[in-house]
Amino acid sequence: MKIGTPKEILPGEARVAMTPDSARQLQKLGYDCAIETNAGKAAGFADSAYEEAGVEIVESADALWAGSDIIAKVRPPTEDELGYLDETKTLISHFYPGSNEELMKLAASKGASVIAMDMIPRISRAQKMDALSSMANIAGYRAVIEAGNNFGRFFTGQVTAAGKVPPAKVLVVGAGVAGLAAIGTSTSLGAITYAFDVRPEVAEQVESMGAEFVYLDFEEEQTDGSESGGYAKPSSPEFREAQLAKFRELAPEMDIVITTALIPNREAPELWTEDMVKAMKRGSVIVDLAAERGGNCKMTVKDDKIVTDNGVTIIGYTDFPSRMATQASSLYATNIRHLMTDLTPEKDGKVDHNMEDDVIRGATIAHEKEVTFPPPPPKTKAIAAQKPKPKEKELTPEEKRAQEVAAFKQQTKQQVTLLAVGAVLLLAVGLVAPASFMQHFIVFVLSVFVGFQVIWNVSHSLHTPLMAVTNAISSIIILGALMQIGSGSFLVVLLAALSVFMTGINIFGGFLVTRRMLAMFQKS
Amino acid sequence: MEFGFTTAAYVVAAVLFILSLGGLSGQESAKRAVWYGIVGMGLAVLATLIGPGSGLWLLSVVLIAAGGGIGVYVAKKVEMTEMPQLVAAMHSLVGLAAVFVGYNAHFTMGAVAEAQAAGADVVGTFAELVAHKSQVELNILKVELFLGIFIGAVTFTGSVVAYGKLAGKVSSAATKLPGGHMLNIAAAVISVLCLFWYFGSGGFFPLFLMTLCALFIGYHLIMGIGGADMPVVVSMLNSYSGWAAAAIGFSLSNDLLIVVGALVGSSGAILSYIMCKAMNRSFISVILGGFGGSAGPAQEVEGEMVSTDADSVAGALDEADSVVIVPGYGMAVAQAQTNVAELTRKLRAKGKEVRFAIHPVAGRLPGHMNVLLAEAKVPYDIVLEMEEINDDFPDTDVVIVIGSNDIVNPAAQDDPNSPIAGMPVLEVWKAKTVFVCKRGAGTGYSGIENPLFFKDNTRMYYGDAKQSIGDLLTRID
Repeated sequence: MKIGTPKEILPGEARVAMTPDSARQLQKLGYDCAIETNAGKAAGFADSAYEEAGVEIVESADALWAGSDIIAKVRPPTEDELGYLDETKTLISHFYPGSNEELMKLAASKGASVIAMDMIPRISRAQKMDALSSMANIAGYRAVIEAGNNFGRFFTGQVTAAGKVPPAKVLVVGAGVAGLAAIGTSTSLGAITYAFDVRPEVAEQVESMGAEFVYLDFEEEQTDGSESGGYAKPSSPEFREAQLAKFRELAPEMDIVITTALIPNREAPELWTEDMVKAMKRGSVIVDLAAERGGNCKMTVKDDKIVTDNGVTIIGYTDFPSRMATQASSLYATNIRHLMTDLTPEKDGKVDHNMEDDVIRGATIAHEKEVTFPPPPPKTKAIAAQKPKPKEKELTPEEKRAQEVAAFKQQTKQQVTLLAVGAVLLLAVGLVAPASFMQHFIVFVLSVFVGFQVIWNVSHSLHTPLMAVTNAISSIIILGALMQIGSGSFLVVLLAALSVFMTGINIFGGFLVTRRMLAMFQKS
Repeated sequence: MEFGFTTAAYVVAAVLFILSLGGLSGQESAKRAVWYGIVGMGLAVLATLIGPGSGLWLLSVVLIAAGGGIGVYVAKKVEMTEMPQLVAAMHSLVGLAAVFVGYNAHFTMGAVAEAQAAGADVVGTFAELVAHKSQVELNILKVELFLGIFIGAVTFTGSVVAYGKLAGKVSSAATKLPGGHMLNIAAAVISVLCLFWYFGSGGFFPLFLMTLCALFIGYHLIMGIGGADMPVVVSMLNSYSGWAAAAIGFSLSNDLLIVVGALVGSSGAILSYIMCKAMNRSFISVILGGFGGSAGPAQEVEGEMVSTDADSVAGALDEADSVVIVPGYGMAVAQAQTNVAELTRKLRAKGKEVRFAIHPVAGRLPGHMNVLLAEAKVPYDIVLEMEEINDDFPDTDVVIVIGSNDIVNPAAQDDPNSPIAGMPVLEVWKAKTVFVCKRGAGTGYSGIENPLFFKDNTRMYYGDAKQSIGDLLTRID
């Protein structure tokens, strides 16, 4: 089957759904690849690079849509584009089925299968095809870069010959994928970064990225994110008030605010109110990554950058991934490639549209003339439910000392008891046994003792040679057989001879095999 | 008759044997230590041949040479993966020899008693020794040889069964006859009764009956112990063979036998103890066989297993700076150690830090993995013990688990109801990525579900270990 990628027709969209690298991987799955001429140009992939990767260059969009069985693209299709579809075709792209119902019905009526990249369920197995995450990652990074571009100072604090520069303070609201990417970028540029999220369980992740989590003084039974597929849920009015109060407190201090708060299938919550913007310093920057859904700040203008009266820049771009088209394309193309891998279990270049599969079922919005959205809840939970972690009590030095002393006492007690019992037993044996036995017995006890002392020092890696060598020397029993072999009785001679023979095998075999093993141990 | 020279030689031999075991504390000193053992053994045998054992010395030499020939042949031919079987087989020989020597002591005792009754002279050094014993000493001798035969017989059948299990000739699952441990207890009780009977009558029959019981105990005890517990079993049998030698030493009044028997016995006992500790199980529970019942339902495992292919593993290895390989019995079964070593060389040549983490009970013999890796020429200084490496996993990029299961099971720490709860395990899940190289999706030997396989950072790399690692080799250059 053939996978084709047309040039994106939305103005300003620079991404492309296939890169030369992903094409090579797709061919390994048995597919042929085609691309519309100049489709990758804006993302930095020339036609020649595609040709080199074995991709067919198609001159027009018409020819490409007509000649491909699977069409992979970035942006949701237009009505015109849907016109190309028929029963034999599969379309893979972003779709936003929640807000594009008409288009979805149209696509279903054409009989084509449509897989929405934005509907890939958030389960661990599907992470490799989660386009929303990979795009959000880029958006988070780019948000910091854009902010820096519009911010008149350094991120990092410096003491230079020309004066002291204070570090920038960055607040990231919403620690999802984009938020975490923004935190990472911001801290690595040297800014003091704060982060907030309604899900307290992400505090650990935030702190691991080097930012400070902003805690609220608010007591509420919080539901953990695992029940809503890892996404945030709307919070109670009281919680919201506490949150806004905290932001108001922070606003005058912050140089850069990046808001990323989104709740699935809802308008973006207003988190950064007008009075907060007014409270900010001149020259501060707000990047509103929720601009597409109305923005976390109501002053945000979608797809534009404005400067408020008090000199605060508010950036409402929605095309951050497209602004880094090369990176975004290669990640998106890889997401598509992974999806194709799951769609092609036999690696024979044929699509097996398995509607039993959680991931494929979840992302498919139209299949066999039917709209299949919304999908049933996936069988596996997005992320493991949070388990309460019992905190281990920190011991004070005194307590530790006391424990050690107690352990030492315990040990001493044990040793003394053992020695006492041993001594009593020995004495008891000595009372009844004749002197000749006791002589040997002393030798025996001492040998056991020596054995215990010596063996504890044997290195763990030499335990097998130890077994082989003890095996060889336990053949010392040959001495007994040798002493008996000179006896007069035939039976005794026979048994002794057999023993000598067997232990002979053991002595030579044991030592030799030990030597063989030890010779193999080499230092690098 | 006094043999001053022989006694002197025995003292030297005993010292050499102790040095030989002590020398195993380091890889380099071990190479010297094994020579101490060889010289000690040579000296002891020689001293015995020209001293108390001079009766039929020509026959002895011929037999030793013949046995030695077989020993040399076997030692040269054996594969390192077959080491556990070989060790078990050798234990059985020591056990059987102990039984024979014990019988001989009994026969000699009878012969001496007859000769003394008839007023005739006794023939042979051992017989002379017996002739000088008082009645109390003779009684003690009886107990000693009885014990020697008992332990020897248990060691013999036990080792044979262990050999069968390790060599795959007997099913490695734990099987018991109906009656279970009651049968063992019954056999043990009969043996004790036989001891009293033998004490009273001095006849051969009780001795023989006890031998049969002991043979049965050895067989049934080891049959009831499963494959994963084999490291304990083998070291336990090692210990028994030592105690048997010591008991025989008592009955023959031979101090060297006692010394060596005690050394070997305590060595085996310590190894068993170390192995049990590594599995967090008591010695008794291992001997009684099977895993202990769990205290409640095991925690449910959430998530799913994600499989991966050679390309992704190779890719991850390519990007990793530090790699830790955790080998297990599966590596030995698949004979994958040479491929693993080759992979290690390639990765190290690219400047990556590659190390091995060895759990004390990995494999079927204490230290089994170390020997296999050494055979494949993996330098021993990158092969680390559990305690040495467990703290390093959080800083490790990639962990490859090859054919091991229980020793990397996080349930041992997280789930108090797990049958292996409390067992020290390698904390591989703390690494960034874990690849598990495994034949299929089933549970491990112990039948315990392994939550590691379901973790987000774990990828299952299915296939025969040798083949799988071989596939990686072609992808890394």
